[in-house]
Amino acid sequence: MKSLTKFMDSFGAILLAIIWIAPLLFAFWAATHSTSDAVNLNLFSPWTLENFRVAWGGAPWLKYFMNTFMLVTVILIGQFVLTTLAGFAFAQLQFPGKDYVFILVLMQLFILPEVLIVENYAMVSRLGLFDTILGVGMPYMASAFGIFLMRQAFKGVPIELHEAARIEGCGLLGILWRVYVPLAKPTYLAYALVSVSTHWNNFLWPLIVTNSPDTRPLTVGLSIFGAPENGVDISVISAATMMSVAPLLIAFLIFQRQFVQAFLRAGIK
Amino acid sequence: MSAHANLERRRQAIYGWLLLSPAAVLLTIFAFYPSIATLWSSLFSRGTRRNPAEFIGSGNYADLFADPTFWLVVKNNLFYAGVTIPASIFIALAMALWANSKISARGFVRTAYFTPTVLPMIAAANLWLFFYTPGLGVLDQIGSIFGLPSVNWLGQPETALWAIIIVTIWKEAGFFMIFYLAALQTIPEDLKEAADIEGTSRWTYTRRIVLPLLMPTTLFIAVNAMINSVKLIDHLFILTKGGPSDASKLILYYIWEMAFAFFDAPHAAAMTILVIAVLGLVAAVQFFYLDKRTHYQ
Repeated sequence: MKSLTKFMDSFGAILLAIIWIAPLLFAFWAATHSTSDAVNLNLFSPWTLENFRVAWGGAPWLKYFMNTFMLVTVILIGQFVLTTLAGFAFAQLQFPGKDYVFILVLMQLFILPEVLIVENYAMVSRLGLFDTILGVGMPYMASAFGIFLMRQAFKGVPIELHEAARIEGCGLLGILWRVYVPLAKPTYLAYALVSVSTHWNNFLWPLIVTNSPDTRPLTVGLSIFGAPENGVDISVISAATMMSVAPLLIAFLIFQRQFVQAFLRAGIK
Repeated sequence: MSAHANLERRRQAIYGWLLLSPAAVLLTIFAFYPSIATLWSSLFSRGTRRNPAEFIGSGNYADLFADPTFWLVVKNNLFYAGVTIPASIFIALAMALWANSKISARGFVRTAYFTPTVLPMIAAANLWLFFYTPGLGVLDQIGSIFGLPSVNWLGQPETALWAIIIVTIWKEAGFFMIFYLAALQTIPEDLKEAADIEGTSRWTYTRRIVLPLLMPTTLFIAVNAMINSVKLIDHLFILTKGGPSDASKLILYYIWEMAFAFFDAPHAAAMTILVIAVLGLVAAVQFFYLDKRTHYQ
């Protein structure tokens, strides 16, 4: 009886797992076979890389990759700098008005940047940043979520270390840089993983503020490439999709534990 | 108070504001000012070359409330939320219970559940396109084995929204699973042992002990799922574009369309304000209710 329930558990779990990765497996299958073989699910048909060749030639993918890479880097650097400074101020300094500003920052957690697309678009245009990578990244840099996360991490640093560094003659920024930042490394790593995978995958905002292949990230490039007007067939779309998810997917499969830990840490705090 | 302490206090105040200022400037430019500007512009008519924008108070809101498409979109979004939230919570819970139990191939199972989380919604939509396409798609192929007729899942009003819903559940369930998984691992072993000694069935143990202990996690996930039901709309761009005849159109997509396809910013602004109001309500509920629930932990 016990072994039967155990078998049923394993069976159910594995069945669900197979259903869950089936879309990915089918896309991989379609990408590596000719369209007619893919559509007919012809199991013994020959493998081919032709779809990847066609897809690669159909759009400036290298440029898109570089844009996405630049975008996530710019956002991450901006976020690290801004949230470190602000998080430190909230965690360790006493100044009038702090609590009110902190509540304002927390309010931003619920005003999703996605919802403010119209006015943010106007703002980015006004600043002359339309169709630039900086323009895509800027609204995300002062992330309330990141400020909150860094504040929590810095609050956990023992005050004795702070005092010791001060007695040694370290200035406030020196203390931040030599004591707090090194101790918050796990939080930075977690934040980096969450931030990179969020912005690697972001679509709506980049769609609105980019207008040329020189700035367009992968997701927008992929959506344009796959648009029905272009009439590309399903195998080629699958190949393009596999190509654009590959870097993040491979990174995830290798650093799976870190990814899951990162999302947990970011979500629970 | 000594002069020294006074100096130190002033120094902290100056440093505090200096360190805060870069983030404060960007938050003002990209969150606070746009929110107020949205509210402001939602009160004006759309300016054209001949008729400059003028103050019309609640006119844009009245237009929206009189617009049947708006109500259809609201209804769609409520349905979208009403199905995706409970379904993803339920599936995430099942996944976590399985991924936490001693089954074979546990590593593979966990990876498979979590993988959709790291894919862009656009890529997810492309993957599912291969399932849904009439005639060629995997669903139709499977259907034809059983002699079922070809179905245009994305092209008919009755099924389009469901097709969208399934992709969303597929995308978010594995993400929610990890929060349940973490919570499950904090439940002490002796509770299970005590239940075993008492001869409690597994179902009773799960229902009476595990589920109540997971309640705070469930609330946390529910709030996130609610936010997702506003936010996750990227796949509409690939799969249905809100069609056919608006049957799968969701609010954020409608805002985008209003502003960037119909160039009607005032009505988009009015809709944005309504969404912010609803999100604010969710935030307030979470703040006052969820915080109370988690304090006794």
